[in-house]
Amino acid sequence: MQKVNSPADVAKMREICKAAFARQKLRFLICAGTGCIAGGSLDVYEEFKRVIGERGIDVNVDLLFENKEIEAGTVTSGCHGFCQMGPLVRVEPAGTFYTKVRAKDVEEIVTATLDENAVIERLLYEKPDGSHAATEEDVPFYNRQQRIVLGGCGTIDPEDIREYFAVDGFQALATIFQEHSPEDVIEIVKESGLRGRGGGGFPAGRKWEAGLNAKATPKYVVCNGDEGDPGAFMDRSVLEANPQSVIEGMTIAAYAIGAEFGVVYVRAEYPLAVVRLLKAIEQAKEYGVLGDNIMGTGFNFDIEVFQGAGAFVCGESTALTLSIEGKRGMPRVAPRPRTTEVGLFDKPTLLNNVKSFAYVPDIIRKGAGWFKSIGTESSSGTAVFALTGNILNAGLIEVPMGIKLREIIYDIGGGIPKGGSFKAVQTGGPSGGCLPESLLDTPIDYDSLDEAGSIMGSGGMVVMDERTCMVDVARYFLNFTEEESCGQCVPCRLGTKQLLEILKDICAGKGRKKDIDLLVELSHSVHGGSVCGLGQTAANPVLTTLRYFKDEYEAHINDKCCPARVCTNLISYRIMEDKCAGCTLCARACPVDAISGEKKEVHVIDQGLCIQCGVCMEKCPKKFSAVECVSPKIPIPAKEKTEVVA
Amino acid sequence: MSKVTITIDGMQISADEGMTVLEAAQAHGLYIPNLCNHPDLKPAGLCRVCVVKMDDWKVTVSCKQPVKDGMVISTEDPEVQKIRRNTVELIVADHPMTCLTCEADGNCELQRVAHYVGVTPEGLNRYRRKIRNIPMDRSNPFFDIDHSKCILCGICVRTCDELQNINAIDYAQRGVTSLISTLGNKPIADSRCESCGECVVRCPVAALAPKGAQEPMYEVKSICSYCGVGCGVMLGVRGQKVVSVEGDRNNPVNKGSLCVKGRYGYKFINHPERLSTPLIKKNGTLEEASWDEALDLIAEKFSGSKGDKFAALASARITNEDNYLIQKFTRAVMGTNNIDHCARL
Repeated sequence: MQKVNSPADVAKMREICKAAFARQKLRFLICAGTGCIAGGSLDVYEEFKRVIGERGIDVNVDLLFENKEIEAGTVTSGCHGFCQMGPLVRVEPAGTFYTKVRAKDVEEIVTATLDENAVIERLLYEKPDGSHAATEEDVPFYNRQQRIVLGGCGTIDPEDIREYFAVDGFQALATIFQEHSPEDVIEIVKESGLRGRGGGGFPAGRKWEAGLNAKATPKYVVCNGDEGDPGAFMDRSVLEANPQSVIEGMTIAAYAIGAEFGVVYVRAEYPLAVVRLLKAIEQAKEYGVLGDNIMGTGFNFDIEVFQGAGAFVCGESTALTLSIEGKRGMPRVAPRPRTTEVGLFDKPTLLNNVKSFAYVPDIIRKGAGWFKSIGTESSSGTAVFALTGNILNAGLIEVPMGIKLREIIYDIGGGIPKGGSFKAVQTGGPSGGCLPESLLDTPIDYDSLDEAGSIMGSGGMVVMDERTCMVDVARYFLNFTEEESCGQCVPCRLGTKQLLEILKDICAGKGRKKDIDLLVELSHSVHGGSVCGLGQTAANPVLTTLRYFKDEYEAHINDKCCPARVCTNLISYRIMEDKCAGCTLCARACPVDAISGEKKEVHVIDQGLCIQCGVCMEKCPKKFSAVECVSPKIPIPAKEKTEVVA
Repeated sequence: MSKVTITIDGMQISADEGMTVLEAAQAHGLYIPNLCNHPDLKPAGLCRVCVVKMDDWKVTVSCKQPVKDGMVISTEDPEVQKIRRNTVELIVADHPMTCLTCEADGNCELQRVAHYVGVTPEGLNRYRRKIRNIPMDRSNPFFDIDHSKCILCGICVRTCDELQNINAIDYAQRGVTSLISTLGNKPIADSRCESCGECVVRCPVAALAPKGAQEPMYEVKSICSYCGVGCGVMLGVRGQKVVSVEGDRNNPVNKGSLCVKGRYGYKFINHPERLSTPLIKKNGTLEEASWDEALDLIAEKFSGSKGDKFAALASARITNEDNYLIQKFTRAVMGTNNIDHCARL
């Protein structure tokens, strides 16, 4: 059977695919997310194919059509999320989970698995207590998570739609064709309490209802995959690892509002996501679950992929639709009709984030009550975060809403590496805020984060340790928003510029006494005066760092001191006389020859020449630790007057 | 059209449904400061200077906000004042302080707005002044573009799009590097710009300024002499010279619009080579003559040339009425249908 000709065929297709994959006794899933590919996972995959092939096992056998049993197979999967430990290999059905696998380890893995039925302990994840985790479920990074939208990520091959069929794929779509009217579907989505995962948190059901009620035709369904926050890769991973779930979600949405055409807007910087999405669309059409006459029901829905040219602001819904139209991506100015009324090509448009669509098949299959039971009263379901920064286990996580920041950072993230201490966590990308230790027990949901001055955003989460200067962090994010502002409205274009210039001055020790007041005043005006969400939230990093770390600003301005020893204009490096052994390592490493001193004698840094690169501190052997970083700066002694006079 | 009543700062005013708050205020002579609004163009809502508070809770831009019966608007709400002042301060802090030598001095919307919202030296000194240094585009023979003075209100872009349908310019780049640009950021002379100058007259500052413009002593109402459309013009006169031309906004033909010739092609008026008396060819050379002498000569020659040996060629550079008279004269007086017209400029 090659095609789904009726909704009832989906169940048959699932059984066929399931049975086919069951004929494969063993299978190696090699993570081919962008992170693992960068770590060399494709070489690992090739090596698996070679090693298994050498054993006379045909790895290219088409399981679905050749009714053969097969000893072992190997496929690439989407991102597992544990990018810190990549490349990752999962052995099914046992679920053995190998980390940091290199091509040279493959022979050993294959031998151990096929011949000895053993595991290779050294490639397993080592838990903090020193024991080894045999499976993913056993790894602390995973066992606190609840993976719904990332459920298929890392367990199925995104480039083979039959694997999606095997895990109940397109069953939700079949069910709505059989049992539900568009109104029913909207009712289910409403009941589930799903809120838009792009960051705004607008109730998805209400948006869909507005889409259904819109009178004009044609209507469009647009998926927002223009994920632009620095360090965030949630949408990319979903598109790379399970594009079919997005296609199914969009098709259900199209059925609900009565649309026949959809667009997935993906950043051109996500080439792998684009390739896999295109492949998934093509396969879905081949199998009759997308395109004309879907599942023989007479319902038509087609999806095109549009690649964004890299403007952060095009993630804003109205800018995004204009961008698809080929115009400059500038948000439309309120008061304006909603996108569900006037959107793409001025027609009713239902625009949701990648993850919002990806949740839908599960919600339809398992029921609104199931989704509602996860998370909190006002924010149901799970949240996906890209956990990065000064954290032991960086990667992609999915957690139930309402989980505390502390649990994410310490239980899942493994805490701060190298004995550092926690200072702040930044959520919501460049528009989010920095929350201090005292707020670590804040539950993760739209409203609590909003109250704390931050936002949920699309899911970036950057952890910072005590070596992070909060003024510098605010400067970094303002630098981003200043560059990414579309430039049309004054408060955002010039307000972010002014905030950035002031922050740069403070970091450079040129802060003025009244700057803090001005920062607050301007931040509020930029928030209140800007056209779109980018400008309205651009000042959040400034406001939250001012709210929770005001003393650092004051130290920079009043004492010309950077407490975190980050701002180069406010720090000096000094060699402690009592500790220096005169090993000369620092002097040889100094790029500007600012360090003088004979062998076995105390070395001295010429503060006038020093560029505060910190190489001397890195090079100084641990046993001496003779270089210290101080702030405020050590004054540079004026040249001796006699010299000048002469 | 049905009427609605709204309250602006305690004053009840009536407005037509479909109007914006700003239009309603302006119709009653109430000033709400604004920079990117122009009565000929669709509202953009970009400068954010016209912010007002609606119904005591929502900050909105009055240029885009449609009126609704019973709506209460405050232009002096403290939050609104703060946003407005900060916004204007941001623009001024980003703007060259060369007012006295600026073409727009005294006629500058930014000056007016800054004065209205109360920009003070103390307020301004808090800001970091970093004015963009972009070379001027002097490629157009009639006007100059000074990007450092541009406040990116977009009036020029919308004029080119909505009124002229030329679309020679648009926004380019992002964030603080945003600028109004031609396709590929080429000099304006190499773009599809037709130099009509409609954007130049609407520029609220002097980012677009006519070359060598002089303030006239007084203005004379006239009709453009270039073509049969008959656009109304206001000739700016200084001494005995025409120093400027502006479209006559009250003229029903052009409602203030002009083309490149009408607006900038006035230098011929005072050109030394311009003919100021009739010339009659005597003995092979052209000699100056009086109007009476010339008209007598024409009448005499025409009288002997009635019928089909006569032909008249009318001009595109005279008015419709004059063209009508010529054909009437040709047919009724000279008795021939040999009348044609050079319909080119």
